[in-house]
Amino acid sequence: MSGSKLGNVAHHFENAYQQFSSAKLGMWLFIVQEILFFSALFVAYAVYRGMHPEMFVDAHHHLSWKMGGINTLVLIFSSFTMAMSIRTAQLNQRLQSFWYLGTTLFCACIFMVIKFFEYAEKIHHGYLPSVWFSGEGIYETMHIFFGIYFTMTGLHGLHVLVGMGLIIWLMLETRKGKYNSEYFTPVEMVGLYWHLVDLIWIFLFPLLYLIG
Amino acid sequence: MAGALNYINATKGLKSWIFTVDHKRIGIMYLAFVLLSFFLGGMFALLLRFELLTPSTLYLTAKQYNQVFTLHGAIMVFLFIVPSIPASLGNFFLPIQLGAIDVAFPKLNLASLWIYVLGAVFCFYSIVGGSIDTGWTFYTPYSSSTDTSVIPMVLGVFILGFSSILTGINFIVTVHKMRAPGLTWFKMPLFIWALYSTAIIQVLATPVLAITLLLLALERTIGIGIFDPALGGDPVLFQHFFWFYSHPAVYIMILPAMGVISEVVATFCKKKLFGYELMAYSSLAIAFISFLVWGHHLYVSGQSPYATMLFSLLTFLVGIPSGIKVFNWIATMYKGTIDLKSPFLYFLSFIFLFTIGGFTGVVLGSLSLDIHLHDTYFVVAHFHYVMMGGTVMAFLAGLHYWWPKMFGKMYSELAARIAFVFVFVGFNLVFFIQFIMGSKGMPRRYYNYLPEFQPYHVLSTLGSWVLAVGFFIMLGYFIHSLMKGKTAPENPWGSSALEWKTASPPTTFNFDKNLDYIDHGPYDYPEENK
Amino acid sequence: MSKEKQIDSLVDYGTTWLPGSYSTLSDIVDVQFNAILWLSVFGTLGITLVTLYFCLKYKRTQKNLVSKSQIDHNARIEIIWTVIPFIIVMGIFYWGFRDYLRLTVAPEDTMEIRVTGEKWRWYFEYPGTGKRPSDDLVVPVGQAVKLVMSSKDVLHSFYIPNFRLKRDVQPNRYSHIWFEATKIGTFQIFCTEYCGDQHSNMGANLIVMSKNDFEAWKEVGEDTETPLPILGKRLYKSKACNACHSIDGSNVIGPTWKNAYGANRELESGEVVLIDDNYIRESIVYPGKKIAKGYPNVMNSYAGLLSDREINALIEFIKTLKED
Repeated sequence: MSGSKLGNVAHHFENAYQQFSSAKLGMWLFIVQEILFFSALFVAYAVYRGMHPEMFVDAHHHLSWKMGGINTLVLIFSSFTMAMSIRTAQLNQRLQSFWYLGTTLFCACIFMVIKFFEYAEKIHHGYLPSVWFSGEGIYETMHIFFGIYFTMTGLHGLHVLVGMGLIIWLMLETRKGKYNSEYFTPVEMVGLYWHLVDLIWIFLFPLLYLIG
Repeated sequence: MAGALNYINATKGLKSWIFTVDHKRIGIMYLAFVLLSFFLGGMFALLLRFELLTPSTLYLTAKQYNQVFTLHGAIMVFLFIVPSIPASLGNFFLPIQLGAIDVAFPKLNLASLWIYVLGAVFCFYSIVGGSIDTGWTFYTPYSSSTDTSVIPMVLGVFILGFSSILTGINFIVTVHKMRAPGLTWFKMPLFIWALYSTAIIQVLATPVLAITLLLLALERTIGIGIFDPALGGDPVLFQHFFWFYSHPAVYIMILPAMGVISEVVATFCKKKLFGYELMAYSSLAIAFISFLVWGHHLYVSGQSPYATMLFSLLTFLVGIPSGIKVFNWIATMYKGTIDLKSPFLYFLSFIFLFTIGGFTGVVLGSLSLDIHLHDTYFVVAHFHYVMMGGTVMAFLAGLHYWWPKMFGKMYSELAARIAFVFVFVGFNLVFFIQFIMGSKGMPRRYYNYLPEFQPYHVLSTLGSWVLAVGFFIMLGYFIHSLMKGKTAPENPWGSSALEWKTASPPTTFNFDKNLDYIDHGPYDYPEENK
Repeated sequence: MSKEKQIDSLVDYGTTWLPGSYSTLSDIVDVQFNAILWLSVFGTLGITLVTLYFCLKYKRTQKNLVSKSQIDHNARIEIIWTVIPFIIVMGIFYWGFRDYLRLTVAPEDTMEIRVTGEKWRWYFEYPGTGKRPSDDLVVPVGQAVKLVMSSKDVLHSFYIPNFRLKRDVQPNRYSHIWFEATKIGTFQIFCTEYCGDQHSNMGANLIVMSKNDFEAWKEVGEDTETPLPILGKRLYKSKACNACHSIDGSNVIGPTWKNAYGANRELESGEVVLIDDNYIRESIVYPGKKIAKGYPNVMNSYAGLLSDREINALIEFIKTLKED
């Protein structure tokens, strides 16, 4: 196929550009459907908050905005390092790309650790969904808030874990020298995914931690 | 032709099929699975119609009957009709009609196939292990509290959803990025426009079903309380979430069918499609408006009258593009040269049956009438007319049309016509009377019924046997065609479409030589000199 | 489906397509239905005839191997066949919406009746009267009635075909329906939202009486005359016990009543109890307390829905089902 020193153009593509722009469009479509996947949860949030406005405000006090805030900053920073890892890959700076990926991974780990502590605290105090709710509060319907909290942050957390796996894969491939100025598609695709994960959190954080 | 290397015999062995990245092989495997699902769903239909011969118990208990109708619906919707045309005929012909070697992501295509199979496995597990009895719509609180096997089915459908999404992504990117030189958007066949519009719906709507089912599973396992009123949840919220996907889903079912119909009418009348641009735009319009009408499934559920009014208005709007399409197809026949072969017979039956289905959709769209008709057999008849009288007839048209191309063999035209008569007559016998049953007040999903409705039910059941005979005849001549059919020429129907410029069956990379720059439209037929 | 009263047949009365029309508004629904029905018939006929005509006229023969024309546009006809259907469907929308408002917005002065749906029966309560919950919906003719409905468990839907009325019945909120009956008689009520095993047996009777008869019916207190076993047999059907308990020994959803009285029964807990008057009473009022082994815990309680005499009647009826 056409002149690509290190990247491979698959047999059904005319050239590397067609392959890259196809991958990009495909990834965007995947991201759109992920957004729709989460959207129903945001709708559920809106419906139940509309039905129990004071309870929501009261219940959210049991979330630590400081921990959530740190997580937000960590994720935003990790989006930056992710973008840098793409940039350096494009500039053939293999070592820097590897370390930017590593930093992104490290940030994700911090996120998950903080998440772990948050969850542990909730579980300890009984702020759980539905019939397991045994926490203290003046509202009888607090379990609704925590059902939504755990579902939304839990699903988000799952996506962070998947992202971490993808970043580890990218790091291994980067070490092998797979990515360069001609071919950096997977890095860019995972980057898009990571930005989505960050974006969803940026919506979750104020809605859950900062209301009232 | 026979004995030449084509996509079927190019490589041998089971592994070469299981791990293939050839869109044609993937399409054929999908075809096999989808037909198998149709057979299974059809068996359940025959079983339930048999029970309905008498007003009280015949051979099933109430619970078993409820399980049978649930499985009939779930298998037909999720395992058969949603993937039917896009995954089989679409996978096979989309790249060829675009002049491409394959879809944009062949490995993703293969993944999509095996994800489908995985989803089917979960669904089968649900069938054999305490089959689900909620109806294919899974309404809460019944679905969150029943003791039957809901979660395996719901997980199975979740997984099937992924298969659908990946196919959608693949098709959209292929259409955007891989058209042959000169093949601009408005030179693409309408089948492609239909698949493209369908793919948009697949990508945007299916994730909402996925999260809805996930929430239902969470409700059943850890009682998260989103739909259960005892925990402060709202059962009607489930209906909104469910239908937000499932209404667009019915357009996933009909749009590809409309695409096939356009291809068949053009070829068998040797005429350019009438109103080509509007046909393309109306596919997109249907895809867009389909997202706005889900509430027409909830007219009597207790949603606000304002929302109800808005949904009714939009529902009528979405019918207009479909009506325009019917007129355009008929106008395409005008002054053509019409070949009444079996694919065209299915085209004719589509026009008739889809029109009836469409008009009854207008009836149901009207708020005052829907109050009476909702959840009666009238609705059952309506959706069978559009889904079976529409999509399945179009699928059969496409199957009969493209069979020689896919397999390099012809089938018996006489047997096909005989089967067609059984299918057409049988279908109307089963379902037309159900309109009357419904408007007379017969509710749906009823295991027992008032004795005065028995004659209607008996007629419907007899019709189901006629329909079944038609399909068995079809199975017979298609198998015979594969084993002993006459070798098909490259272009048995004299079509001008691009896919007929390949061999029958095509070679692995579709086109043997580089395509010339495409400078003509998709339906390039001569006109008689004046 | 068991019914003791003669219900007007949905099939035998009315027209080919519709059952008898017995409320003040059911006729207006029928007018629209018939109008759209005929529109659809003519539309389908028109489309079919044109299609068949083209098939014959332009059939491929030796003389017609090439299309006479490749015409693919005609602005005028395309506009006509877009605008006219659009106007028609907008008209139908408006018509449907207008009638919908009339059907759903109750007038000022209505008589309220409470409707409760549960798996798998309906019962009706008349606030302001001393009436015990009734198994039939009894209403006076010529009087606007408003039903305030709710469910005790899953979704159900209340459907009166002869009045062209339907509304879903939910567990977490009340829904409403209103009507004014125009004919005296007994009509069919169905449940039309799938609710489980006995969904198709969840019907009820709608009894429309003259205003005088209705007043008299309202006054009728508890039945103290009918001998208990006979009353019990009647209640077995009218209170929908028959939806889950057979009297012939067959297994439905709950244990059969045949030979039950005086027998020993093993419970889920392993405990063995004697089926006596106390056991039966407790099973009716607190059905979840003692679950017979192998049976599901799905029975709704009848607490407050059966009088003491009615419970006694059922017990006496069950006693008669013992074969000596």
